[in-house]
Amino acid sequence: MELMAVAAAREIGDGEIVFAGTGLPMLGAMLAQHTNAPNCVIVFEAGAVDCKLAHLPMSVGDPRTMKSASTATGLFDVFSTVLQRGFIDVGFLSGAQIDAYGNINATCIGDYHHPKVRFPGSGGSGDIACLSKRTIIIAVHEKRRFPERVDYITSPGWIDGPWGRKRSGLPWGGPSAVITTLGVLRFDERTKRAYLASYHPGVTPKQAQEKTGFKLDVSRAKETEPPTEAEIKILREKVDPERIFLKKAEE
Amino acid sequence: MASEIENKIMSLREAVELVPSGAHISLGGFTTQRHPMAFVHELIRQKKRNLHFYGHSPGGDLDMLIGAGCVKRVELAYEADEAFSRIGPRFRRAVEKGSIEWEDYSNFGMVQRFAAGAMGIPFIPTRTMLGSDIVEKEGFNKKTRSDPKIASKKLAIINCPFTGDKIVLLPAIQTDVTIIHAQVVDAQGTVRIYGQNFGDEQQAKCAKKLIVTCEEIVEPEELREYPEHNLIPFFRVNAIVKVPYGAHPYACYRYYDYDPEFLHMYHNEAKNDGTFLEFLNDYILGVSDWEEYLKKIGGDRKLRTLKADRKLGYAPRLKRR
Repeated sequence: MELMAVAAAREIGDGEIVFAGTGLPMLGAMLAQHTNAPNCVIVFEAGAVDCKLAHLPMSVGDPRTMKSASTATGLFDVFSTVLQRGFIDVGFLSGAQIDAYGNINATCIGDYHHPKVRFPGSGGSGDIACLSKRTIIIAVHEKRRFPERVDYITSPGWIDGPWGRKRSGLPWGGPSAVITTLGVLRFDERTKRAYLASYHPGVTPKQAQEKTGFKLDVSRAKETEPPTEAEIKILREKVDPERIFLKKAEE
Repeated sequence: MASEIENKIMSLREAVELVPSGAHISLGGFTTQRHPMAFVHELIRQKKRNLHFYGHSPGGDLDMLIGAGCVKRVELAYEADEAFSRIGPRFRRAVEKGSIEWEDYSNFGMVQRFAAGAMGIPFIPTRTMLGSDIVEKEGFNKKTRSDPKIASKKLAIINCPFTGDKIVLLPAIQTDVTIIHAQVVDAQGTVRIYGQNFGDEQQAKCAKKLIVTCEEIVEPEELREYPEHNLIPFFRVNAIVKVPYGAHPYACYRYYDYDPEFLHMYHNEAKNDGTFLEFLNDYILGVSDWEEYLKKIGGDRKLRTLKADRKLGYAPRLKRR
């Protein structure tokens, strides 16, 4: 969990405008503000823009997101004038299923009209997937969560290949990485299919393939750069001292 | 208009009587923030049925209404208390059993629909949701779509008449009644919200009837000293109800925080039909009003722990796990 938060933080460039969701994305964005991207701008869909978080929020509308923010309006303003207008550099996403093209399902397992399991739904996830310049997906790496094709595309990734987004009418964007409990997947330049870019210390590429429901190219995989002591210290002491999200993962 | 002299201040019971069964409603707030919960409890106590609910990211407000059998249909983007629950347990149950009808949009999609209704235009163009199954799959059946109060289809994708690019058109929403919970309202109805307003502005302004529950009612002069900080003009508001702590267990910026202990308890109880019914009887049906409910959840002692720090607007020492 700590490793995933660190990997998420490292994806953020200094000065970038970041759309963060609840949980690990918040940990990653907050950590980035303390480490590699002190000038990154954190935007929450519920309305707060450029928060300087002092306490970890438990909701993207949490009063904690108001801390020293530049502006605080609401969903309509942030989604239309920040996201749809093209100002979000990187959006963080998660979901119940992620497929070979980085499409995300946050809606249901089985038929949409008669679902076997229902999930909460898109929220802002579909919007962030459609209109961020790039997206980072965070997920627990299990075979059932990584099928060849998701049951329902809540949040489009590359859809079905390099032309999928363009054909659908999406103006820009697409997933650039999937940070999992086992490693980091990236998308092939030519095919836009996910491949294993790195595996976390203690994990083998073979294990990553076994826990993936589609054929995963592992030929390019290297070991993930482990977190530094400084990153872990900030994460534990400044970002999540209450161990709200860090603890949850251990349970 | 005589709105200025009209007395809009009323009791919760009277305000809830303004919502008939079968009404198309929307509630303010966002996941774990500022839902009009006292109003929700009274809707349940007055046994409203067949409500058509529009939301972007509701939480336990909608979950409790569904569990109590008040809801027939939902159009929304999300239903959960975020970090407190992966999904609203009663919503999940109702969808998996097929006991309600549902239509999915994204959060941006839903707030645009409220905005279109607030502007008095029939639809709104957007670039979001393209490429997703949200635009491919329609939840409501033909019979539901033939109801004149419901848009004849979920959405339309057209080529922009100016650029030729693909664009999604979303039908406007105008609710029969929207209910929001604000921090401060004046006696005429001018509304001030502190912190993010979420989708409250669009949800409120698209309504045919607007009910505002609030922490405080003040003199109009006080809010009119800084009109630029006010969100809704008085003439749009039909009813005002003062209900301190009226959003509990959810946060109300600058007043109180969410109640983690209660939320963990709710999500535990709401997982099963039997324990949910116990929750419903213990905390809603079995109490006569909001004051009694506040005593039941721990009274002043509990509320003191939730009280917001004046500078931060939340309770920094709150135990959240």
